[in-house]
Amino acid sequence: MWSEAEAREIVRRHSGREGPLLPILHDVQAAFGWVPPEVVRVVAAALNLTRAEVHGVVSFYHDFRDAPAGRHVLKLCRAEACQSMGGEAVARAVLDRFKIGWNETTPDGGVTIEATYCLGLCSCAPAAMLDGQPIGRLDHAVLDDIAGEVER
Amino acid sequence: MTTRIFVPRDAAARAVGADRVADALLAEAGRRKLDVTLVRTGSRGLFWLEPMIEVETPAGRIAYGPVKASDVPALLEAGLMQGSAHALRVGRPEEIPFLQRQTRITFARCGIVDPLSLDDYRAHGGYRGEARARELGPAGTIEEVAASGLRGRGGAGFPAGIKWKTAADAAADRKYIVCNADEGDSGTYADRMLMEGDPFSVIEGMTIAGYAVGAGKGYIYIRSEYPDAIRTMEQAIVVARNAGWLEAFELEIRVGAGAYVCGEETALLESIEGRRGQVRAKPPLPAHRGLFGRPTVINNLVTLATVPAILADGAKAYAAFGVGRSRGTMPIQIAGNVRHGGLFEAPFGLTLGEIVEQIGGGTRSGRPVRAVQVGGPLGAYFPRALFDTPFDYEAYTARDGLIGHGGVVVFDDSVDMARQARFALEFCGIESCGKCTPCRIGSVRGVETIDRVIAGDHRDANLALIEDLCQTLKFGSLCALGGFTPYPVMSAIRHFPEDFGRPRRVAA
Ligand SMILES: Cc1cc2nc3c(=O)[nH]c(=O)nc-3n(C[C@H](O)[C@H](O)[C@H](O)COP(=O)(O)O)c2cc1C
Ligand code: SF4
Repeated sequence: MWSEAEAREIVRRHSGREGPLLPILHDVQAAFGWVPPEVVRVVAAALNLTRAEVHGVVSFYHDFRDAPAGRHVLKLCRAEACQSMGGEAVARAVLDRFKIGWNETTPDGGVTIEATYCLGLCSCAPAAMLDGQPIGRLDHAVLDDIAGEVER
Repeated sequence: MTTRIFVPRDAAARAVGADRVADALLAEAGRRKLDVTLVRTGSRGLFWLEPMIEVETPAGRIAYGPVKASDVPALLEAGLMQGSAHALRVGRPEEIPFLQRQTRITFARCGIVDPLSLDDYRAHGGYRGEARARELGPAGTIEEVAASGLRGRGGAGFPAGIKWKTAADAAADRKYIVCNADEGDSGTYADRMLMEGDPFSVIEGMTIAGYAVGAGKGYIYIRSEYPDAIRTMEQAIVVARNAGWLEAFELEIRVGAGAYVCGEETALLESIEGRRGQVRAKPPLPAHRGLFGRPTVINNLVTLATVPAILADGAKAYAAFGVGRSRGTMPIQIAGNVRHGGLFEAPFGLTLGEIVEQIGGGTRSGRPVRAVQVGGPLGAYFPRALFDTPFDYEAYTARDGLIGHGGVVVFDDSVDMARQARFALEFCGIESCGKCTPCRIGSVRGVETIDRVIAGDHRDANLALIEDLCQTLKFGSLCALGGFTPYPVMSAIRHFPEDFGRPRRVAA
């Protein structure tokens, strides 16, 4: 859940910076799991911007979510190096296993699966990232480990 | 006496189990009452051998890889601490052919030092560049960078010395140095490896740039997909600051938010300023009016991290490497479906065939190599027939491609080039900043048109439409996202016509 007090505290923390908006939005998402519209209002007011301006920034960047994420976030790379190692088929298998589509969350809120374009693990493709932890050479055995982690 | 064992903390090594190996080593050494000091380094860049661990012996370091946590007891049993024989022993790292054949200048310390130890940094040649810069003075430093022939490693290949001189000559109340660590190209990870393995080289390069152009503040813009690099770089800045290194030059990290186009320099500046990452029209050049309207040097991370070595050993030594107008070395990143994937720093001039076949060892799948994309998502697909192309900025341009940031992605014969062309257009649509119509809308129409080609619907007419669209993109785009998307698309159509339902032309 988001709180107005925490949102204000995040804004305050970055107030001395040049160009504070992105650092603020990152902290908002880290704290609440997404960028709620109410927080956009708080941030806009504090930075003397219009809500439309802040919303425009939030919606421009793929990282910022307009809905809460699951307890785990699994990013799967869909870029060329991972494609060359059959990444698309592996990704399909993961989505099928959790019965969701790209950028969706399982009904129990367990995991959100997001598409990403390159994690810099291109010599250990196909690659993924689970809650910020890098995973390389994705195959069915690694997938089982990930599923175990997520379902725990 | 304690024995030092080195285990990488590089994200790609961690992705294949380096942390589990480190934990197992400590646990098993404890059980056996062995005196072990674990040092977490960057990666040497031999990723098929990761996790690769090294043990310090009187005869130098001895490497083992790829090591699994479950291998650790047997390794210790066999005499890992003495560097004894074992099936996983690969010997002295410097003698592994993949490393032996390299010329490591930018990556000289990566994988060897503790990335957060300033003592290690100094012992391995750190700070020498900055000391020499202070001897030369700001103008002399810029001359030295220009004389080295160093060109931007971020893609456009613009001479670094000229950019620095432009910013130095601009009058302003303050100036900025911006390090571009957005590294969005698939197949590239050189920036990431340096941040995780030798972050002080980035700091030294930026402080030298600041000194040379008269800037007091630097920003490092790191993509959010690199949490490990962000963490290590943050820690390195704290270490540097505590050691009194950043008194005249302040450094701050900014984290991207998943937009590929923010690697484009003006979009990146917009992003730091807190706006949508939309490309700015040039002029003004960032060197005249960049970040917050002030003169700004924006360079790729590899460009900046190479500067200390250039100054330390002199422009002449650096310029002695390379071919034509491509001087020095390039960290080539061999990736994708390849047996020996990794970082290969070498003088410009290697042919693509040497890189893929001899150094990379062909595909990991064991099937024949069919296509190689060089230079990221905006780079061309090369068929085997063009494997004689030398790695050099001009040679790639002459073949309707680019070397970009040095990524080389290998595909085997199961690749469907129509799908790759489709992806290039799809990616352009997903990542477009929205300013130019051909890039924003044309790319989406392009995907629909390729889908018709794939479905066999009016193939020739639809391929002609795609060629037209590529012409429009090439000439009607403000930046290289729209402007170079035709490279992967047209190279796929030209070199692999059979995947588009056209007969293969006989080679001339
Ligand atoms: C769509 C697009 C993405 C880019 N991405 C990057 C990037 O991730 N890293 C980078 O250094 N340069 C990138 N560039 C190139 C930069 O615009 C710029 O040329 C570079 O940062 C200048 O530094 P250099 O001269 O040291 O290469 C990109 C360009 C475009 C058009
Ligand atoms: S070509 Fe595309 S990404 Fe580049 S400025 Fe135009 S719309 Fe933006």
